[in-house]
Amino acid sequence: MTVDGVPNVRVCVEPVREGATVRAQNVLGSLDRDLLNVVDRIGGPFTPVGFYYRTMLRPRRLWPQYERVLRNLAGLGCLDKSGRRSGRYDVEHRRADVLVIGGGEAGVAAARAAAENSVGSVVLVDERAAPHIDGVETLAPARAIGFYEGGLVPVDAGNVLYRFRAGKVVVATGTVEQPLLFPGNDLVGVLLPQAVRRLVDDWALKPGDRGVIVSADGAGLDVVEQLRRAGVEIVEVVDLRESLPSTLAANGRRGRLESVTIEGRELACDLLVMSGGRQPAYSLLAQAGARVEYDARRGIFVPVDLPANVEAAGSVTETEPAAAPPPPSFDGGDAKGRCFVCICEDVTEKDVKRALAEGFDSLELAKRYTTVTMGPCQGRLCHLPSIRLYARETGSDEGAIGTTTARPPWAPVSLGLLAGRGLEPAKRTAIHHRHVELGATMMWTGAWRRPHSYGDAAGEARHVHEALGLIDVSTLGKLLVEGPDAAAFLELLYPNRFADMKVGRVRYGVLGSDAGRIMDDGTIGRIADDRFYVTTTSTGADTVIEWFDWWNAVWGMDVEVVNLTGALAAVNVAGPRSRELLGRLTDVDVSNEGIAYLDTKEAHVAGVPCLILRIGFVGELGYELHFASPYGEYLWDTLLERGKDLGIRPFGLEPQRILRLEKMHIIVGQDTDSESNVLEAGMPWIAKLDKDDFVGKWALEHVQARGFREQLVGFEMANGVVPAEGGQIVLDGRSAGRVTSARMSPHLGKAIGMAWVRPQLAVEDARIEIKVDGRLEAARVRLKPFFDPKGERLRA
Amino acid sequence: MSFLLPCPNCGPRDVDEFAYAGETTERPQGTPSPRELASYIHFRRNAAGVQREWWYHRFGCELWFLAERDTRTNEVLKTELPSTDAAGSPTPHEPATPDTPAV
Repeated sequence: MTVDGVPNVRVCVEPVREGATVRAQNVLGSLDRDLLNVVDRIGGPFTPVGFYYRTMLRPRRLWPQYERVLRNLAGLGCLDKSGRRSGRYDVEHRRADVLVIGGGEAGVAAARAAAENSVGSVVLVDERAAPHIDGVETLAPARAIGFYEGGLVPVDAGNVLYRFRAGKVVVATGTVEQPLLFPGNDLVGVLLPQAVRRLVDDWALKPGDRGVIVSADGAGLDVVEQLRRAGVEIVEVVDLRESLPSTLAANGRRGRLESVTIEGRELACDLLVMSGGRQPAYSLLAQAGARVEYDARRGIFVPVDLPANVEAAGSVTETEPAAAPPPPSFDGGDAKGRCFVCICEDVTEKDVKRALAEGFDSLELAKRYTTVTMGPCQGRLCHLPSIRLYARETGSDEGAIGTTTARPPWAPVSLGLLAGRGLEPAKRTAIHHRHVELGATMMWTGAWRRPHSYGDAAGEARHVHEALGLIDVSTLGKLLVEGPDAAAFLELLYPNRFADMKVGRVRYGVLGSDAGRIMDDGTIGRIADDRFYVTTTSTGADTVIEWFDWWNAVWGMDVEVVNLTGALAAVNVAGPRSRELLGRLTDVDVSNEGIAYLDTKEAHVAGVPCLILRIGFVGELGYELHFASPYGEYLWDTLLERGKDLGIRPFGLEPQRILRLEKMHIIVGQDTDSESNVLEAGMPWIAKLDKDDFVGKWALEHVQARGFREQLVGFEMANGVVPAEGGQIVLDGRSAGRVTSARMSPHLGKAIGMAWVRPQLAVEDARIEIKVDGRLEAARVRLKPFFDPKGERLRA
Repeated sequence: MSFLLPCPNCGPRDVDEFAYAGETTERPQGTPSPRELASYIHFRRNAAGVQREWWYHRFGCELWFLAERDTRTNEVLKTELPSTDAAGSPTPHEPATPDTPAV
């Protein structure tokens, strides 16, 4: 049934809630006027098992339509496609000394014994309401959904998934009553003994007026008492252990039981209690590593060889009074009803026989073909009957056939519970709220939220060239590398040199792997002889610190790496008027002699202790200020306030991309990929191959020896069209490279970009063609920065 | 995968807390031949059995350590902090995702 839009709800155990909407599932209309019956009546012979695999192959393009119809007919319920997260789900990691699964007699006894012996924390998990036991924590209603590697037992408690690890797990999952296979065994009115007990004992409901009982064990006979009490007239009791009828069938009309035919005798009744024995619910034990063996005497599969720290209690393992294994199925004589093996998946005895006839003679294959045991009950009612049927039909025995693998989840579990809480973690800088107040369009960069622009990307970029801009770069990774071996450590990690760097200087660095591949880039400033301040890309910080620590775990050098990324905020003040603004806010000499290009200095700016790095971040005179995060908004506000008369304007990530592209600064991961190295990426000056060793040295030597295969170059479009990133460079009708970055530069009034091209095209002014919207557009290769190629503005 | 891994610093923890970084490798000494370089960078033993490997306690103490694990059963026989002579070398990472660089 579908309850409040949730399909496949077992309404026999789900408590009624006020206001709940309960709908019948798998019928069109109602059970009395089920339109799907038409499919059964006229389509029955044409829709045998697996028919869709054979008859609906062509034309292939129609399969989605077929599939939609089949889905509806399969009766697996329907999900609301526009549905959203309907509740809050959580995951909790739990430990227990003893975890008891199942709150029946054996489970309760085991939990009580454990509590009385004071073994520590004892937790009892039960599907229904379990009784209170002193010293035992009871989780109910809750279900253990599997037994995973390392003794992990996830417990579904509605809105919480408990991930249990227990010192000892006691499985007391009991047995599952098995149905009998005879024509008409799916009619309303055909029940298992436990259902009768529950209806009569728990809910005081009379399950029918006239009842017939057919039972292979004592369980079916035991309900006679309940039925009498409820006032049901017992028409006939058949104990299969004493006499085995040659034919057995249930007959009905409109899906409801009307009579039972036993060896030709038709008995009018509206209730048939069937019992085919009890199969231990061994799934959790099998998942834990137990072997499952067929007990021919009782006709059931039993778990044996339990792993350490796992115990079984109660009927899941204990010997029950021997039940005569019932026949795999009963001959129905001339009965019209169908004999169902799998009620969930609508698989009949005939379907199973047909699958065998088609050659699916292995249980695992036949299961996948017929989908028997693959429904919501996960084989509780059909696994054993189907194996018995295979055994009879193939002439082998159940032990040789064996069982299919008992995989988790053992019980249906909602996707919401597995997904957990709907979290989308975001990192925000200390200045985040100022950007929002200024009306910035925020965007994701990795886990960071950053301003794309404040409404006018082109204008913001142009303004940096003309006057003064301010950007929040707090997202940069910031590491402190400190210790006597700090310089030697960086010498080994980076292709370029750091040992010769003077205190107070900054250098650009590109990190590579031993395969020579570019991993990350950033600046390295020497604050003291034994102390370096290293910045990384915004999303590369975690990778870089792991990389540094890893190599230091290998080398064991006397150096410590401290991650300051979250502790520090950073802004970049850039533009021709940036020196004037900085001069107003600090006492240190900000002249070109005081802080030269690529100098770093510790100073107070507006009273805030800062590390000033004068670097060419966006190609103009500029200063990067790194300082403690709590000052973020204060310093941001002060810079905007004191720079007002200089025309200061904040700029976002998009203008930054334009500005950096004008300078041909690469973006790792955008202009480089997993094959890029510094030599072919146009930065041969980075690699100091005369150093004794550095990570990636040998690979770069190899690249140099083998010659370049492609090179990263700049290009300028002839007619101002901006090609798509990833667009093809075409030479003589063939692909000869690809565009990695492309933007319109408002300052230069040109469409510019970066591209990987064949080495013969990596020549200044070489003519290339780029495919844009299907047309070829002309462009010229540029090897020097588009803007300020000599870097005069940076050094001014 | 849901086994427990004993971090030498924090004790047994859920394997989800750790980053796995593969079997240990031997970084060549001196100048390797192209073949030696290629096998160091690309080739792994991929043992079905006990293997010495790198782990990083990413959502914990952030320490790198070595483990001896049976790859068939996920049984962890031993974990230890690296001593410099026995550690081998890191294997290359994938590059960072598109992003804003420094400078």
